[in-house]
Amino acid sequence: MVTPVSPIYFAKSQLQFLIDVLRHRGYSVVGPTVDQEAIVYSEIQSIDQLPQGWTDEQAPGHYRLKKRDDESLFGFVVGPHSWKKYLFPPKTTLLSAERTESGWQFITRSADTTKFALLGVRACELAAMRIQDQVFLDGPYQDPLYRERREQLFVIAVNCTQAASTCFCTSMKTGPRCEKGFDLALTEIDSGFLCEVGSERGREVLDVFVNLARRASEGTSVVSNTDNDNVISPSIDDATPEQLRLAENARQQAVAQITKHMETSDLPGLLLSNLDHPRWKDVGERCLSCTNCTMVCPTCFCSSVTEVRDLNMDRVERERTWDSCFNPDFSYLGGSLVRNDTASRYRQWLTHKLDGWHAQFGTSGCVGCGRCITWCPVGIDITEEVAAIREGASP
Amino acid sequence: MTSIPPTLHENPWFTHTVRIADLIDETEGVATYHLVVIDGNSSSTYEFVPGQFNMLYLPGVGECAISMSGDPARKDGWIHTVRVAGNVTKTLARLERGDTLGLRGPFGTGWPVAELVGNDVLIVAGGLGMAPLRPLVYHLMNHREQFGKIWLILGARTSEGLLYPTEYAAWQKRDIEVTLTVDRSTAGWNGHVGVVTQLIDRLQLPRPERTHLVTCGPEVMMKYAAMSGLRLGIDTRRIWVSMERNMQCAAGLCGHCQLGPEFICKDGPVLRYDRIRPYLFVEQL
Repeated sequence: MVTPVSPIYFAKSQLQFLIDVLRHRGYSVVGPTVDQEAIVYSEIQSIDQLPQGWTDEQAPGHYRLKKRDDESLFGFVVGPHSWKKYLFPPKTTLLSAERTESGWQFITRSADTTKFALLGVRACELAAMRIQDQVFLDGPYQDPLYRERREQLFVIAVNCTQAASTCFCTSMKTGPRCEKGFDLALTEIDSGFLCEVGSERGREVLDVFVNLARRASEGTSVVSNTDNDNVISPSIDDATPEQLRLAENARQQAVAQITKHMETSDLPGLLLSNLDHPRWKDVGERCLSCTNCTMVCPTCFCSSVTEVRDLNMDRVERERTWDSCFNPDFSYLGGSLVRNDTASRYRQWLTHKLDGWHAQFGTSGCVGCGRCITWCPVGIDITEEVAAIREGASP
Repeated sequence: MTSIPPTLHENPWFTHTVRIADLIDETEGVATYHLVVIDGNSSSTYEFVPGQFNMLYLPGVGECAISMSGDPARKDGWIHTVRVAGNVTKTLARLERGDTLGLRGPFGTGWPVAELVGNDVLIVAGGLGMAPLRPLVYHLMNHREQFGKIWLILGARTSEGLLYPTEYAAWQKRDIEVTLTVDRSTAGWNGHVGVVTQLIDRLQLPRPERTHLVTCGPEVMMKYAAMSGLRLGIDTRRIWVSMERNMQCAAGLCGHCQLGPEFICKDGPVLRYDRIRPYLFVEQL
């Protein structure tokens, strides 16, 4: 149980100390950066690597970076990456097999010691992590790598202060406010950040960070104001009522900008009881079966294992990579494919994500982040497909 | 409910080294392997529930899901009857006694052995579908007094495909009524010709409300077997099928084996008919 702490305010430049504290504690700090004309997640050492002054413009099949007219560090929504690439890596070795004189020997991969601190996790992404926790940790079998990384994970959430046209977290009840599942949560306002604590670990890190930031700013102050021993840096302190109000306004702005909606009252049930709906064929004709939606989805978890062998076949590694239900051979069975056309693959994806997922994990598999809409090359919109199935649905 | 797995290794990818202690050719392209764990972690007690499966691993080729087909009371190894179908089973067929491979398991749900107690049991097997049912037959024989009447209806394309023919006499001796049928008669066959449902339809169940139907075989066969069972008055909640899908991780983590909301590897392969029926015969689901 975390005793509530009133939010702390700190100036933008102080964020560097937070990164320093985490790196000093052995975390690899990962955050948003600008690369390949998109905002993507990678390891950072400095706040200079954050997408300062950038925003993202999103629509079905459309993503563009735009310059902002301010210097916001987190003035964007979500990009093509999701944090799942750190907890459930796109490629990982599960097992090695070695041929010895007494036959094959199998070595399961050794424990993973990578500690990640994620900076900039949105509310919908916190929800996605909770969903993947259920998939990888709550069933009869756990994924060992996921568990190791998840247990060590440090999460710094950042509340959205704007929304894209593709966002529908309010429909899925996952955001935009970060409410749980973080160690620290930030809200960016013009001059700095408000910081809330979500866990004991978060409080511990915050204490060290606050001390470090205070000492640094006092040091500066002492030089400029040697007479005053009681200098309290204005750049880090309990948030003032005015700052709290500005933060609330900033968060409300995100709520106000959300226009997309998905009706969920009849999900689950709607899709699995309409497996013969003509819309499946219709969307099957538009869908390219490219797998983009499943790759950018923060909850999609399908994977397959490849045999990677040396030339002598004396050593083989079993390598797990992300797979997609849109890959034709995903449904391979006894020499043929169960889902032999695009319509059946799209139906599998959507019925699983929005319907079957409830039976399997007690929750929807969709968090309303809108990535599948933005990154679909032909702009298929999941919310429109659901609405179309509802029309003319069998009761 | 179907029976739950007796053992779960903490890491689903943990793979044992097993040695082929013995192998028996059954029919063309079908062989039964006796596999013994030799990796020092042989705390393996070979415990399983009839109907469960193991993943067999041929390094460099891949894995495939193969159900247990031996006596669950036997603790001297894993028994698997395998038909050559894809790359993994093709490679397995080239191995000999003494060769090693990988194995992890057991996985999946088994036949509802506890629920069968005190009931009559109608077993319907098609072709290789007899393999995952043989452990159940052994179990019923091992505890024969716990069960009422037992029928086994076994069908195959030809008499060559009728698995384990040397054992039928022993099964019958334990008061299991074995009837055989083939789709196509070949030289030397004097028995019934036709589909299994014809034999089911002929049955006079003394107490259909206390009868379970368990079936494994091609999906279309299971469908018609279930429909015949329903006509005989067997409740949909007393019909059990064993499904097959593309099982890769066997632990419900990789997504491949889904059918409707079910992970066949984890929620199945043995599923109660009322649960799986809505998704059974939807094309390309």
